[in-house]
Amino acid sequence: MTEAAAAASDAHSHSTPREEKAFGFWLYLMSDAIIFALLFATYVVMAGNVADAPPPHSQFDLTHVFAETMILLASSITFGFATVAIGTGRRPAVQLWLLVTFALGLGFVLMELTEFRSMIAAGAGPDQSGALSAFFTLVGTHGLHVSIGLVWILVMMAQVALKGLSVPVVSRLERLGLFWHFLDIIWIGIFSVVYLPGLIE
Amino acid sequence: MLGKLTIDALPFYSWVAMGGAAVTVLCGLLFLGVITWLGAWRYVWKEWLTSVDHKRIGVMYVMLALAMLLRGFIDALMMRAQQAFALNSDGYLPPDHFDQIFSSHGTIMIFFMAMPFMTGLVNIVVPQQIGARDVAFPFLNSVSFWLTSAGAGLVMISLVIGTFSTAGWTGYPPYSGIAYSPDVGVDYWIWALLISGVGSTLTGINFVVTILKRRAPGMKLMRMPLFTWTALCSSILMIFAFPALTVVCSMLALDRLLGMHFFTNEAGGNMMNYINLFWIWGHPEVYILILPAFGVFSEVVATFSRKRLFGYRSLVYATAAIALLSFTVWLHHFFTMGSSASVNAFFGVATMIIAVPTGVKVFDWLFTMYRGRIEFTPPMLWTVGFIVTFVIGGMTGVLLALPPADYLMHNTTFLVAHFHNMLIPGVLFGFLAGYMYWFPKAFGFTLDERWGARSFWCWLVGFYLAFMPLYALGFMGMPRRMEHYNAPEWQPLLIVAALGAMVILLGIVCLIVQLIVSIRRRHETRELTGDPWNGRTLEWLTSSPPAPYNFAVLPRADEIDAFHEMRKRGVAYKRPKHYADIEMPKNTAVGILLGGLGFVLGFGVVWHIWWLALASLLGVAAALIARAFNDDTEFRISAAEVEEIENARYGALARAVPKSVDQPSTAAEPLPGSAA
Repeated sequence: MTEAAAAASDAHSHSTPREEKAFGFWLYLMSDAIIFALLFATYVVMAGNVADAPPPHSQFDLTHVFAETMILLASSITFGFATVAIGTGRRPAVQLWLLVTFALGLGFVLMELTEFRSMIAAGAGPDQSGALSAFFTLVGTHGLHVSIGLVWILVMMAQVALKGLSVPVVSRLERLGLFWHFLDIIWIGIFSVVYLPGLIE
Repeated sequence: MLGKLTIDALPFYSWVAMGGAAVTVLCGLLFLGVITWLGAWRYVWKEWLTSVDHKRIGVMYVMLALAMLLRGFIDALMMRAQQAFALNSDGYLPPDHFDQIFSSHGTIMIFFMAMPFMTGLVNIVVPQQIGARDVAFPFLNSVSFWLTSAGAGLVMISLVIGTFSTAGWTGYPPYSGIAYSPDVGVDYWIWALLISGVGSTLTGINFVVTILKRRAPGMKLMRMPLFTWTALCSSILMIFAFPALTVVCSMLALDRLLGMHFFTNEAGGNMMNYINLFWIWGHPEVYILILPAFGVFSEVVATFSRKRLFGYRSLVYATAAIALLSFTVWLHHFFTMGSSASVNAFFGVATMIIAVPTGVKVFDWLFTMYRGRIEFTPPMLWTVGFIVTFVIGGMTGVLLALPPADYLMHNTTFLVAHFHNMLIPGVLFGFLAGYMYWFPKAFGFTLDERWGARSFWCWLVGFYLAFMPLYALGFMGMPRRMEHYNAPEWQPLLIVAALGAMVILLGIVCLIVQLIVSIRRRHETRELTGDPWNGRTLEWLTSSPPAPYNFAVLPRADEIDAFHEMRKRGVAYKRPKHYADIEMPKNTAVGILLGGLGFVLGFGVVWHIWWLALASLLGVAAALIARAFNDDTEFRISAAEVEEIENARYGALARAVPKSVDQPSTAAEPLPGSAA
């Protein structure tokens, strides 16, 4: 092999920065998934430890949670539309769908805060029992992730506006998408493990 | 304004504590003073503190580890001294202070000595071993280092402002809850672990991507050097295990700060959940530390036996098997919790199974040495000392894995002796072997061998003197962590243990002398070839210290022991006809800024200075967002500059005394079937 050819094959043997970053982000998501897995396990273990406080499920309102769920799922679809627009390079459409996703995400966080507020007002705050601590921590950690995702969406909208759909910007949007859909999957877990069994009781 | 922080936080309560605080402050000032005296601030800032070069970051990790080793060892010495005197008396340490010391000893040795030592060696070596120019995410690497340093800083500042935890390095509730530990000690412990734990998770991600994506052309997984394999398994464990530590520390913090009831005595708390979650991280952590040390031993034993590693494949599979099994044994840390007999039996059997792949490794190392031409350099001495001593620790481990036996020995000094018997030979000897083995690679001159050997013998003899008595004391029923006692038959053994600690102190003094002597003689021991030991793997192909880009032309690795094979074929030092431009990451101050903000955030939360915590949190967000807008993170080293650096390198090679590769390596034939 000539040296030039060797150098060329070297260049090919390495992944692009974008692939490396995507892979690294998947690994981060796996470690984040462990965090949620342990919070789920803790909730399941502690759901019955209600002490003298009202049990968490006595505070659930199916209509409210269902609306919350639909809003978050819709935000995943709208993010998907943004991804399609990235693929075709339409900047205004990307911005529009990111904005819609942001609005839906914000609506979700506000609804969650409303639920938390009414629970605390009803004497079912996180400091009332082990079960409520586990509930607020699990659901709140998800809410915190969504809030960070909201800031990230704003940052990316600014980047799309200032830098256009450059390679690094698109690569970041790709990872933001992974993050956003990941939170949807976690929420489906919360809905099925926390809210549904609680409401069946 | 200052939360709970008042003038009473200064350690006026005992002269020992004040002495510790004074020494800490003086050492810090001395360090800063020396840099100022040398007028080196600009250099230190530009070339080190803001560096994203994996070798520089690795060296800083090891420096942090060695500094914290001193601190952790002083703690150990104080405990041994207290127990040697405290028969029917209070000794010289009040109980509260003694408890802080054993808590900080464990915390420091695990999180701020062993972890940074391991990460430092991996940083220096792995990219070079796989023929890469840097890690996949150099900036993230810098952030990880500074977060680790921030955690270490929080532990150190607890000596001066406030107190440290008295709840042991494991921080079990309900004692570590706000009801029984109302002061700031446990908070320091929590935030030091949380902040450095984020750094460790990021390090794990960084190295998995680096190893899986950046290997030199031709280097298939089964051609990776053993140290790289162990670094890969250890990094995978970091990604999966550290989240458990993050979760459990966060829950404890929520209990303490917001009055939640995860682990409290009342309102439905479940403290056993803490212990499960803690050890779901804690047991893999043992292997996070010990696997890379096994990797060091594997490299050292092959190099200094002048033979190919025996049973390469079996070592790889054993490493992977240990990594997997490490997640299935956490309950053996608390058999006495009272799980059912079948649960205890499952975890007991799983624990004993781990001894099998570990035994495979021991035999592989022994067979590598068998009929080799062994050179007893200091790294090899640590390795041989490890093999003998570690087997004893392994056997006591199998003993403790039997739940009925564990009921008798739980929380006695037998347990203390057992885990020190794993961690000192298994982890620390390994890292010290790695330190002496790779020091010339990092700095371009070798460490003095005589002082290295002296240090080894002091450590080995001191270890046996310090810990064998603890096995006996455990059988005699002495619980761990006793501030004073009234059993006169324990005292002679405790005095022997204290003497052992003194011998280990001599070993540490020898390490310091070795470093000073070697630095003074650096011109005589200059390493011009980049390969002081007749090494086998690719890190010995680079110059010592390596150029910023490690390899001007990326090497090919078509066999195990790629460098050794290249030299046999006589192509290792072949000069390329021309060089190309090389893109390298730019240094940045954002890493140290994030570490500093992390430290301030932790300090603010510990003392309930909420405005400070909030401000530093906003600072973190602003720094991250600003960094995210920066697309200009690389610079180009032109082909002409590369050529200039490489010409100097080839000039040095021409001046060096050539080492023969074939003569020693073919003299020892491998065992039949050893060429895996």
